[in-house]
Amino acid sequence: MAALMEVQNLKKYFKSHAGMVHAVDDITLSIEEGKTLGLVGESGCGKSTLGRTLIHLNESTEGRIIFQGKDVTRLKGKEMKAFRNDVQMIFQDPYSSLDPRQTVSDIIKEPMKLLGTMSSNEVEERTIELMDTVGIEKRLRMSYPHELDGGRRQRVGIARALALKPKFIVCDEPVSALDVSIQAQIINLLMDLQDNMGLTYLFITHDMSVVKHISHQICVMYLGQMVELCDRDELFAHPLHPYTKALLSAIPTVDIHKKKQRILLKGEIKSPIDPGQECRFCSRCVYADESCRQGVKLCEVRPGHMVACNKAAEINQL
Amino acid sequence: MADKKKKRGKRGGHHIDPSIKPGSFKYIWASVSHNKGAVFGMIFLAAIIILSLLSPYICRYSYSATDFINMKSWPSAEHLFGTDDLGRDILSRILFGARYTLIIGILSTLLSAVLGILMGAIAGFFGGVIDAFLMRFLDIFQAFPSLVLAMAFCAVFGTGVDKCILALGITGIPGFARLMRANILRIRNTEYIEAATTVNCPTWKIILKHIIPNAVSPVIVEIAMSISRNGLASSSLSFLGLGVQEPKPEWGAMLASTRNYIRDFPYMVIIPGIFIVLTVLSFNLLGDAFRDALDPNFKE
Repeated sequence: MAALMEVQNLKKYFKSHAGMVHAVDDITLSIEEGKTLGLVGESGCGKSTLGRTLIHLNESTEGRIIFQGKDVTRLKGKEMKAFRNDVQMIFQDPYSSLDPRQTVSDIIKEPMKLLGTMSSNEVEERTIELMDTVGIEKRLRMSYPHELDGGRRQRVGIARALALKPKFIVCDEPVSALDVSIQAQIINLLMDLQDNMGLTYLFITHDMSVVKHISHQICVMYLGQMVELCDRDELFAHPLHPYTKALLSAIPTVDIHKKKQRILLKGEIKSPIDPGQECRFCSRCVYADESCRQGVKLCEVRPGHMVACNKAAEINQL
Repeated sequence: MADKKKKRGKRGGHHIDPSIKPGSFKYIWASVSHNKGAVFGMIFLAAIIILSLLSPYICRYSYSATDFINMKSWPSAEHLFGTDDLGRDILSRILFGARYTLIIGILSTLLSAVLGILMGAIAGFFGGVIDAFLMRFLDIFQAFPSLVLAMAFCAVFGTGVDKCILALGITGIPGFARLMRANILRIRNTEYIEAATTVNCPTWKIILKHIIPNAVSPVIVEIAMSISRNGLASSSLSFLGLGVQEPKPEWGAMLASTRNYIRDFPYMVIIPGIFIVLTVLSFNLLGDAFRDALDPNFKE
């Protein structure tokens, strides 16, 4: 399978009074067509910024974004429009991502009306079809977002994202604002849609059990940098980076007899403002020593398993 | 149609046919006309406006005609609201004078709303230096109490209805500008604006379809409040002798000129006072009703 979305050395810095905030720093990855890349990391590590930068909600600072073999890093006018029809986003908060003054059907119709190539009958039919696809009852089409519950609102957001038949969808924590029973429904809906339409997802979350369920590949981010990238099963079987290990140990289990070693991280999170070249995890890492302050490189330690840790081989006896 | 209306449920606390699309004029009308306070306001204001326009034809006395035989006479069949200290018929003066209070209230609000909304929207959209410049400029106006600024304005440019409108209109600008700017700042950063960007919604369409409809409802309420406030302020200015000049019968001026007789002839003061209160109340009730009609989130 060919890569649908490729990112090379992508950087996104924000100016602040104290200096440059390195929100996304030198990320290189690729997402295969029809697959899901799970992007995990703690709050503020740049996951959402990376997702937004990929679909041009933010302009990237440096690096290249390649979509379907075409460089889309700097697009303008018509090409930008065409690109935006192919990529969509599902937002985190279904309460603020829907215009409170539009009805459900207005919200779903908007992208199709803006496209301008469909007759109003076609738009109407497609809207009904989309509502059916995402599982919203037809009677709700004249409802307003505030009249719906969180799960239904998120379904409306998904229907809007699907309206133009995109190829690539950035899901920015689409379930973290929902309660657990609804989370499962939405995740299953997203997976069904992927099977039926061949969609490619970048799935951003901080919930390890969600990412385990939906992803094919997983990328772990820490303070703007990628620390580990590999297949899902590989990651859960052999986490190599100390940060990933701590993340995985934090997943709650239902088996009360199983003794589990929680890894508790100590120390302060480094500031993302002008962080320098040292390993960004070293202030919290128990294995860190002088060599970690000289910087780290992303290396393929096992086949298809990239880790950014100097000590990875040593810690894991590879 | 009639039984359909009965069957359907409530929306926004009022019985409105759900087949009417919210946000449409029909819906707003239905919602406002279900609000008892708003209906009272509408009827009262309509009556006042019509009677004021017709007053030269329907009143038995001219607003400036003095009746020396019946000076300071209490309300009677001959003079329904009595006469003032110069023997002028208070009913005629009230009805004729309504036009000044209403014209000053409405036109000054229009002036401050148009300029304020424009300045606030520009400041909110563009931000940065433009925002800082506009808002600091408006801070200067806001630093003065509005009535004091209006008085200073009248002192420099003279008195009269037009000066009154200008003075009250200018002092009202910062309020509208701040309201609009705050709303736009709040809406500009929401995810539904980003969502519109991702589906190629052009900037002007985002502004027209998403930002303005969401920013407008507090402004409409503010317009209603501002009309009543400025009507009241025009009365205050006239009371101080800076607005409408004698013998033109502005309500505030009527209060001012008869206040010495409040002990012996209280009706001279009470009657214009009641009309000022009722007019202000009507505008406020109408404003509330419009806010409720325009806000799809509103539930009683």
